Amino acid sequence: MNQSLFAAALLDPDAPLPRGIIDPLGRPAPKRFAVYRNTVASSLIDALKAGFPTLVKLLGEEFFSAMALVFLRAHPPKSRILMLYGGDLPSFLEEFQPVAHLGYLADIARVDQALRESYHSADSAPLPEADFQQLLGQDIAALRLTLAPSLRLVRSRWPVASIFAANHAGGPAPKPAAEDVVILRPEFDPAPHLLPTGGAEFIAGLLAGKTLGESLDLATGPIDLAAILGLLIAGRAIVGVTK
Amino acid sequence: MFDYAQGLPAKPGVGYKPQHFQAILDNANPVGWLEIHAENYMGAGGRPLAQLRHLVERFPISVHGVGLSIGGEGPLDRDHLQRLRHLCDWLNPASFSEHLAWSTHDGAFLNDLLPVPYTMVTLARVADHIDEVQEALGRRMLLENPSTYIAFAETAMGEVDFLSEVARRTGCGLLLDVNNVYVSGTNQNYDPVGYLDAFPLHLVGEVHLGGHHEDSDDHGKRLLIDSHGAEVLGPVWELYARVIDRAGPLPTLIEWDNDVPDWPELAAEAARAARILEPVG
Repeated sequence: MNQSLFAAALLDPDAPLPRGIIDPLGRPAPKRFAVYRNTVASSLIDALKAGFPTLVKLLGEEFFSAMALVFLRAHPPKSRILMLYGGDLPSFLEEFQPVAHLGYLADIARVDQALRESYHSADSAPLPEADFQQLLGQDIAALRLTLAPSLRLVRSRWPVASIFAANHAGGPAPKPAAEDVVILRPEFDPAPHLLPTGGAEFIAGLLAGKTLGESLDLATGPIDLAAILGLLIAGRAIVGVTK
Repeated sequence: MFDYAQGLPAKPGVGYKPQHFQAILDNANPVGWLEIHAENYMGAGGRPLAQLRHLVERFPISVHGVGLSIGGEGPLDRDHLQRLRHLCDWLNPASFSEHLAWSTHDGAFLNDLLPVPYTMVTLARVADHIDEVQEALGRRMLLENPSTYIAFAETAMGEVDFLSEVARRTGCGLLLDVNNVYVSGTNQNYDPVGYLDAFPLHLVGEVHLGGHHEDSDDHGKRLLIDSHGAEVLGPVWELYARVIDRAGPLPTLIEWDNDVPDWPELAAEAARAARILEPVG
């Protein structure tokens, strides 16, 4: 038995079965082989459903499963650790003809994926409040903040935060808007937060190791620094500070 | 902490599911140990690892790998072995087990336990891989008998002979999945009782019990599917009682991975195993 042919036939329903696969009486056994084909597909579809719950809500279970089958055949997992399987799904969706006109789907998939990454990220302890207090009065612009490894940033020209809220928290119907979200995990449960204007540029600057001042300069237009820092502090996302 | 030199306790255990965390901490009775799928605990942090930190202080843990691909034609993945080693070094589990199966080919992980033909070539490869695993982990492993749906024209020996010879060459122990014996026996036209009577029970460090469902093959013949998604069925309990009668009490896992029930239903399955392990009177 050749495992390359076996594996190829698992992922491609039109591929011929490897030779020598039989039933106990020595007869060809395509339906028996199909049990493996079905298990591979259904177990990976289940993994994707678990990983992209917002996408499942938007597309419906039936369509999602059909889409996932096309995806997994072209993009089988590369890792034996399935908790993050589906990293290629957002870009796949951008090219997937049946839903290519629904441009927001890929970004919603990015939010789902970022939430899952955050869930499994390393733990971290927030900077103690006394350390913050100590820094006030110094040259704040020169400080660099270390953010929690569970923080994720998703920028979108679609109202991804509103779409997410409408599907999970019964939020109002989304209106056209570009929305950026930051995903914060105060303890174990990550959640997306809508960022005010300039917030994403600012946080991207911090993530790139720039100082507070340099990060502020990246933001175009007015920026509500107190609101953004308040969000990060409430989300226990500032874990270190250096001068 | 626990003394793991003797392996898992000869009590019922269950496959750990996060939704049972609080119920287990409140009252795990009659469950005496927990099994985890290694690959679910290879993230960097978060709730899964935090829960495991609590559980490992209270219960003997069995680490059950599902992604090593011991039956694979290619070499074992060194990075994955290192991750397993890291997990075992942390948990100091009472048992580490993996499958007689393959799941990875050419960089793709297929997420299923795929069958191997029983030939001298496969035997040598599997034995080499188990040597490598036991060396990398610094501990003896248990190898689990598979559930299978197809046969291979090239198969040249029986499954029990194959497993016995792998164990003889490598010194590994065996994980006897009684549901798999019933499923494979039905699917491969052999008598599960004869299989179990020939099985080297003195090498068994753990028993698995799980649910299956029924389908039919290309010729309308009954084909059983190992689904881990339902209660253990009557014929499997009967085979299990026969094993315990012959071998004495063994660590016994209720394996319920899909459509996972609430804790009371799972605990009731464990209690049923407990009654067979420790018959009244």
